[in-house]
Amino acid sequence: MSTLDSLTLTLTRIPAQDEALRAEVRAFLAEATRDMPAHIRARSWSGYSTAFSRQLAAKGWIGITLPQEYGGGGGRSAFARYVLVEEFLNFGAPVGSHWIADRQSAPLILKFGTEAQKQFYIPRVCRGEAFFCIGMSEPNAGSDLASVKTRAVANDQGFVLNGQKIWTTNAHHCQYMIALVRTSGTTEDRHKGLSQVIVDLSLPGVTVRPIEDLSGDSHFCEVFFDNVQLGADALIGAEGQGWAQVTAELAFERSGPERLYSSIVLFDQWLDYVRTPQGRTESARQLAGKVLTQLAPLRAMSVSVQENLTQGASPIVEAALVKELGTTLEQMIPAAIAEDLFARDAEDVPVELLLTLKYVTEASPSFSLRGGTRDILRGMIARGLGLR
Amino acid sequence: MTTNHNDMFADAARDVLADQCTPHVVRAIEAGGRTAGATAALWAQLEATGLADALLSEADGGAGLGLGQVFGVLEQCGAHALPLPLGETMVARALLAQAGVARPAGCIALARGERLADGGLRCALVRSGQVAAAVLVQAGTAWRLLGTGDAQATPQALALDAALAWTAAQVQAAPAVAVDGALDVRTLQAAVVAPPMAGALSSVFQRSLQYANERQQFGRPIGKFQAIQHQLAVMSEHVFAARMAAQLGCSGAGVVPERLRVATAKARCSEAALVVAELAHAIHGAIGFTEEYDLQLFTRRLHAWRQTAGSEAYWYGVAGEALLQHPGMTLDTVRRITDVDAVL
Ligand SMILES: Cc1cc2nc3c(=O)[nH]c(=O)nc-3n(C[C@H](O)[C@H](O)[C@H](O)COP(=O)(O)OP(=O)(O)OC[C@H]3O[C@@H](n4cnc5c(N)ncnc54)[C@H](O)[C@@H]3O)c2cc1C
Repeated sequence: MSTLDSLTLTLTRIPAQDEALRAEVRAFLAEATRDMPAHIRARSWSGYSTAFSRQLAAKGWIGITLPQEYGGGGGRSAFARYVLVEEFLNFGAPVGSHWIADRQSAPLILKFGTEAQKQFYIPRVCRGEAFFCIGMSEPNAGSDLASVKTRAVANDQGFVLNGQKIWTTNAHHCQYMIALVRTSGTTEDRHKGLSQVIVDLSLPGVTVRPIEDLSGDSHFCEVFFDNVQLGADALIGAEGQGWAQVTAELAFERSGPERLYSSIVLFDQWLDYVRTPQGRTESARQLAGKVLTQLAPLRAMSVSVQENLTQGASPIVEAALVKELGTTLEQMIPAAIAEDLFARDAEDVPVELLLTLKYVTEASPSFSLRGGTRDILRGMIARGLGLR
Repeated sequence: MTTNHNDMFADAARDVLADQCTPHVVRAIEAGGRTAGATAALWAQLEATGLADALLSEADGGAGLGLGQVFGVLEQCGAHALPLPLGETMVARALLAQAGVARPAGCIALARGERLADGGLRCALVRSGQVAAAVLVQAGTAWRLLGTGDAQATPQALALDAALAWTAAQVQAAPAVAVDGALDVRTLQAAVVAPPMAGALSSVFQRSLQYANERQQFGRPIGKFQAIQHQLAVMSEHVFAARMAAQLGCSGAGVVPERLRVATAKARCSEAALVVAELAHAIHGAIGFTEEYDLQLFTRRLHAWRQTAGSEAYWYGVAGEALLQHPGMTLDTVRRITDVDAVL
């Protein structure tokens, strides 16, 4: 019976050959981010820089887990990527351009795509030339993803696409979207009849409109499809298998380092201030320890989930646990730092720190929305516990 | 690797505790202390397993294990609300053996004490002081092994605990124990208290989950209500994280724990104790608030362990200091804590 015992909780260490990457990555990032102010670095995977992505590609750091025959890093272990991603986020490198292609789209194409799709898309991703966005959400299909309405209807040339996506991160900067669409049946059929298609966003009939968020950034978009003609080769995987494919994709999305470190640039910058004679107080020392003692076990959990994924398991519940706890910590950090800083005299606190705090505070509601809301994740955990 | 399965020491502990450390026995020991028949009987059963000597070298008659390998055993102690200081005894015996001091019969508590002007020694709070046969006391840099039988004892707030004092003559007669100067008793105790906390957390969670599946209101099990499901999901997160943290604190091939990892373990388990106990009682309703229902054996103990060997505030301070002393990225300190070499 004991449901929690089936969760794997083994301490795992990142293998030495993957750890070995760290020094080189660090040296590169220290140089590359040296002149970037903290409030810009704090954006990290929301940050966007094609030039930076190309630099990483030249180093072989995009698609490091993908096979060499498609231009990847020769199928290095997921831990190699873990080390890269962890360093990117901690330095606050602007990795947003290639982030989704590297994390989700290229692995998805490798797993479910045709040979021609693999040969066409994956090398471009690895060279930092093709960027992808994820078209899952729609105005009336957020948490309830199975109710997507966007429809791809087969015709003699392939499919005709009609409908709308929303909240699509970086759609205005990407060449391609992998969209979850209905290819048969009706919304009443729920999971049945859903498929994933690759949409070239330069096709006629595609309109992309950035949406400004509350912090003034425009990184997510509305995307409209008006009789967009797709080729027959747009379908990825099998017709009707979209739901299964998306579920597998989300497990990868949820447990990675990006669910731990969204506030880490702010936290490190705050620590630098607390290390100064005027910054140091007993309550700040306590807060530093509280964050550290939450973050360290989380990182151990995240590494252990990664190990499970590497072994071919599908730790959906564990991944949800890590994301839920991780985003909670990510949201606690800016709130607690504000509490600390605004108990002090204003003239003591550096402005750059306050700018970073402003950004992270404003961005923090999104931490527990993107990739599945808090309530949805708790529901998944409850299902894993056998309550549903 | 330390896993729940394939851990024959943990299995041995589970077997004997499931049999011998029943809720009835736990209540009898809490009520009767050292002189209760149940106390002596349960300790004799534990002694027979050899687990109390597991950290001793094979030359000294032990199993030569390190802390990382007894995590599963200590976790089982918590899963059965063991009211005797087995973990403390394990590390105390290992330190005694290393120092060449004869090991007393019975279980050993750990405590901080202060030397009095007249040469006596006083411990304001000995956790398990009511049930232990001896105490390994750190007073300043000096460590001494003192018997509890003839100490002057005053009850403390919690049933198992006591304030203990010894006269100058008793202290003179007690063996001094040479211990590495860098070790402090609070770190040692916190390292072996966190794993039982993880075990008790898990037990509280399992009980709550089971109860949610059984208890019916409005014509269905309360576990079918989304609010209860979410409470259980949150509990599982804390249980999962606390166990990971406790494993970090109790890692390594030797007997001496690493202080920053212990800080992580104890702070995280204490934090979880509060949340999990609160949610468990919420889910159980009134029945969980009664003496006769066993949930309280675990939740009261969780609160007691939270107060043992430094609460969150103490260990946050230790961890925060380590972070402030290390210039550069937090990630480096996080890696220092989490990059543990596998044992077993
Ligand atoms: C910064 C950001 C980037 C994003 N990027 C992308 C992207 O690139 N591609 C993409 O497809 N989407 C993206 N999203 C969308 C995101 O996945 C959705 O916002 C999310 O799934 C929630 O959907 P919703 O906003 O429609 O909220 P709703 O589903 O309307 O939810 C509103 C509230 O109701 C709760 N709720 C809903 N259903 C239940 C239930 N069954 N039980 C309990 N509570 C429930 C939710 O938890 C939430 O609190 C992004 C979102 C953000 C904020």
